[in-house]
This record gives sequence, C-alpha cells and structure tokens, in this order.
Amino acid sequence: MTDAELAGQASARERQPARRAAIRHDADPWWVQWSIIAVAVLFLGSFIVLPLVVVFAQAFSKGAAAYLAALRDPDTLAAIRLTLVVAAISVTSNLLFGLIAAWAIAKFEFAGKNLLVTLIEIPFSVSPVIAGLVFVLLFGLQGYFGPWLKAHDIAIIFALPGIALATIFVTFPFVVRELIPLMQEQGSEEEEAALALGASGLRTFMRVTLPNVKWALLYGVLLCNARAMGEFGAVSVVSGHVRGETNTMPLHVEMLYDGFQLQAAFAVASLLALLALVTLVVKTVLEARMSQE
Amino acid sequence: MPRIGKRRSVLPGFGITLATTLLWLSLIVLIPLGALFLKTAELSLGQFLAIVTSSRVLHAFAISFGISFAAALTNLVFGSIVVWAIVRYRFPGRRVLDAMVDIPFALPTAVAGIALTALYAESGWIGGLLAPLGIKVAFTPLGIFVALVFIGLPFVVRTVQPILEDFDRGLEEAAASLGAGRFMIARRVVLPSILPALLTGFALAFARAVGEYGSVIFIAGNLPNVSEIAPLLIVIRLQEFRYADATAIAVVMLVASFLLLFLVNLLQRWTETSAGVRN
Repeated sequence: MTDAELAGQASARERQPARRAAIRHDADPWWVQWSIIAVAVLFLGSFIVLPLVVVFAQAFSKGAAAYLAALRDPDTLAAIRLTLVVAAISVTSNLLFGLIAAWAIAKFEFAGKNLLVTLIEIPFSVSPVIAGLVFVLLFGLQGYFGPWLKAHDIAIIFALPGIALATIFVTFPFVVRELIPLMQEQGSEEEEAALALGASGLRTFMRVTLPNVKWALLYGVLLCNARAMGEFGAVSVVSGHVRGETNTMPLHVEMLYDGFQLQAAFAVASLLALLALVTLVVKTVLEARMSQE
Repeated sequence: MPRIGKRRSVLPGFGITLATTLLWLSLIVLIPLGALFLKTAELSLGQFLAIVTSSRVLHAFAISFGISFAAALTNLVFGSIVVWAIVRYRFPGRRVLDAMVDIPFALPTAVAGIALTALYAESGWIGGLLAPLGIKVAFTPLGIFVALVFIGLPFVVRTVQPILEDFDRGLEEAAASLGAGRFMIARRVVLPSILPALLTGFALAFARAVGEYGSVIFIAGNLPNVSEIAPLLIVIRLQEFRYADATAIAVVMLVASFLLLFLVNLLQRWTETSAGVRN
C-alpha cells in the first residue's frame, strides 16, 4: 500500500469521527489507526519484503541471459535434481508417518498420548545444525556405526541417505501436526458407521478418513515440502559439499556466494524464493478451503 | 489405555499404527538425539565443563542467547503492532500484509541470509543509507540481530492472531461505557487476555533464533568472540573433527531448547485456561 492510499483512507475516517465513535465505543481514533498501520507496513516492508525483492534484483542484475546461463549450469541442474529427490523422499516418509501416527493418536485413547505428541514435535525445537550433527555421530566415520558401514562399503554421511535422513528429521512434525487436531475434532462416528456397514478397516480409511482430511493433509505436505527443499543447516552438516554430487540447492547457493559468483548465487536463490512465494499462495488457497469446510 | 466405563473404540489398527509410530519416532528422532547424549557421556564432568566454559564457547553462547533475546523482544513489540493492524483494522492491502507475515517461514534460510547481507552491506539499499550515519549492520553483531528479527516475526504474529480474533469485544465496549479511555482499555482489558499468547510467541521466536544458522552465518561476519553464534561453532568444531567439543556445545543448546519447549507448553496451557475463563 502506498502512503497516498493510507493518507486518503485516514482522511476519509477523519471526516466522520463522531459517527464512528457513536457506533463503536471500542474503535481506536483515526490517528492511532493510521500510525499503527504505517508502522506495520514500514516494518514488514523493510524487514520482510525488501529481502525478497533484493533476491530478484540481484538475480537479474546482469540481464536475463546471465540469469538463464546460471540456471543452465550443470552443477546447478544437479543441485536442483538432488533437491527434488530429497524432497520427494522426505515428503513421502513424513506423509506415511503422519497418517499412521495421526490414526493412532487421534482415534484412540491411551496413556502417555500427550508425551508422544510432544516427542513428535521435538525436531521443531532442535537447531538444524544439531539435527545434522546427530546423524554424523551415528553414521560418520568416527560415529557409532561408522566402522561397520565402512566395512560394508555403505555411505550415509556425505551422501544421499544422510541428506535425506537429516531432512526427514527437520520436517518430521509437519504433516502429523496438521492431521491430529482435525481428526480429533471429526471423531470416529463416520468410520464406525462404515465398519458397521461391513467395510474393511483399510477401505474405511481410504474412503472415509482420507477424504475427510485431504485439505489438511495437502497443507502439511506443502509446508513439509517447502522446508525440505529449503533446508540448509542440517543438510550442510551431513552433505560434504561435493559440487554436482551432494549439493542441494541451498548448499549450491552458499558455494556460489562464497566463490563470489553473486549473480549466479542469487539466480539459484531466486528459484527457492519463487518456491516460497508459490507455497504462500497455495497455502492461502488451502486455508480458505479448510475454513469453508 | 481405554477408559473404563467410556465407550471403547471399535476402530481397527490401534496396535499396529501405534507400534509403527513409536518405531519410526525412535529411529528418526529419539535414537539420534540419544546418540548425542551418549557421546557426551564419554566425557568426564571436568572435560565437559572445560569445553563449555572456555572463553570462545561462552562468548558464542552469550551472543546466541543475548541477541536472540533482543530480537525476540523486538518481534514482541513490532509483532503486536502488526497483529493489531491486521486483526482490528480494515484497510486496502490488509490481506497482502497478512500473507507477507509468513514469508520468513517460507523463504529458505540461506536465501534470507544472502538477501539480508546484500541489503545491509555498505553498498546495499539499506546499508547504503545507514553508512553515512556511521551504522554498520552487515558483518557485525547488529547483522545477527537483523537476521533473527527476520526469522522470528511470524511466531509472535501467528500465535497472538487467533487469540486476538476470538477476543470478546463486548468487554471493551463495557469498559468504554464505564468511562475507561482507550489506553486504559488496552492495558487493563485487552493486554491481560492476550498476554499468555504474547509470551508464547516471544518464547517461540526466541527458541527459533537461538538455534538459527542459515540466515545468520552470511551476515554475521563470524568473528570469534564477537559475532560467532553457537550453532556455527558446532559446525566449526565438527569440521576440525573435534567431535567432543561439538557434542558438548550441542548438548547445552539442546537442554536449553527443551527447557524452552517446556516453558512454551506451560504458557500454552495458560493460554487455553485464560481463553476458557473468557468464554
């Protein structure tokens, strides 16, 4: 919003302050509204929006040709491919886990349920760096399983499995967290009816439960995917940073940036920024869908 | 445990889904975190203390926790202003403003890091404006602060927003009709009801900031004892193959985040009860 719009709206309010006050005792005076909106817009604009604008400005600072060249680079393409693979693995894993865990937690009563939910949400409060570190301690060369893995020629750290594991860890609660409250709210009556009519458990789940939670499920998947593709700290610890092999997109951005290839770094970053924007738009649409139902 | 006297669930699959959940949770989260504590247990108490009280580590903790606290406090103030504007006022662009709040959630941290650095470097759009005033942001502790404000903002806004939306404005009307001024109403009527949510948002922003890595390391300058955050020191120790040092620092941070998680849970219970009293 521009200042002119703000000013226009403020003066419109100024013209009839008495009437507004008569309608609502709890409305703030126009100048308070104006100041608060102005501070909110300025703060969000400078702290939140400008960084996003800078990404695209820098990405195109040498023109569209340089932008496309940076994206066509084989190492960039390899990073994009790895990011897509890792995201696919972690979304699938957390999707399955989310459905299974939400079924147990939302549809049944058992002791220790709250503790279980808290444990599932732990990854959200663990630093990404620590999320990577724990897998190095388990599977790294000096880790608990390191010698055994080396003897059997299995690479986890500095390879795809390690990157996938660390990503699954940091995105672990995303899907299940959306499903539990919704499934608890919906109760079990529809499922019980389906079972009473002779449907099998799996069929009941596929035809009754799943359609009931589909928007929340998509919502969780969306957030999980965005985080999986953008994860930096955890992946950075376990990746080994091999150009064209174990670099995901965020790691490739770092490598280009540290190598003073600023424009190329921002070009790759712009893809991730675009992903963020698309995620936000889809998220808004899904939220509207969910509040309708 | 099915409650006696209450209806027992007739749905199938409890045993297998709970077993799978526990197994998967253990494999992905609990055992790896357990390995961290196991590794630290290999150190004697003296060795552990020597590591976590060394000057460089203490400085890193002070920087991480201190600047995170300042950033969360800033988010508390500006987050409240943003959430008040979004919930209470109707103005063109309100929905866009609302959607913008989630950008830090959605934008990958590495992207945020290089973007903020470009913005606040002396040649950058904002850094260029501040340089003549003698204010340097990028590659100083102030840069860490900026990055942590960026990533923490949505936590305050999104925690307070639903509470403020549900707030019964009849209470404000009542206070106003009894002659209370706007400021008095805000302080004595509105603030007490949203205080638990404000504190929860603050704690969440603080917890996130303490562990943050990607958005900070580009802008921080990473000078030991000055602008080196604790997560970065963990990475540096790992690269030096000083695993014991890395795990000791990590354990301290992990315990701190568990304490914060516990605090947040208490605060959320408080939020629920104070909301319950209202309804």
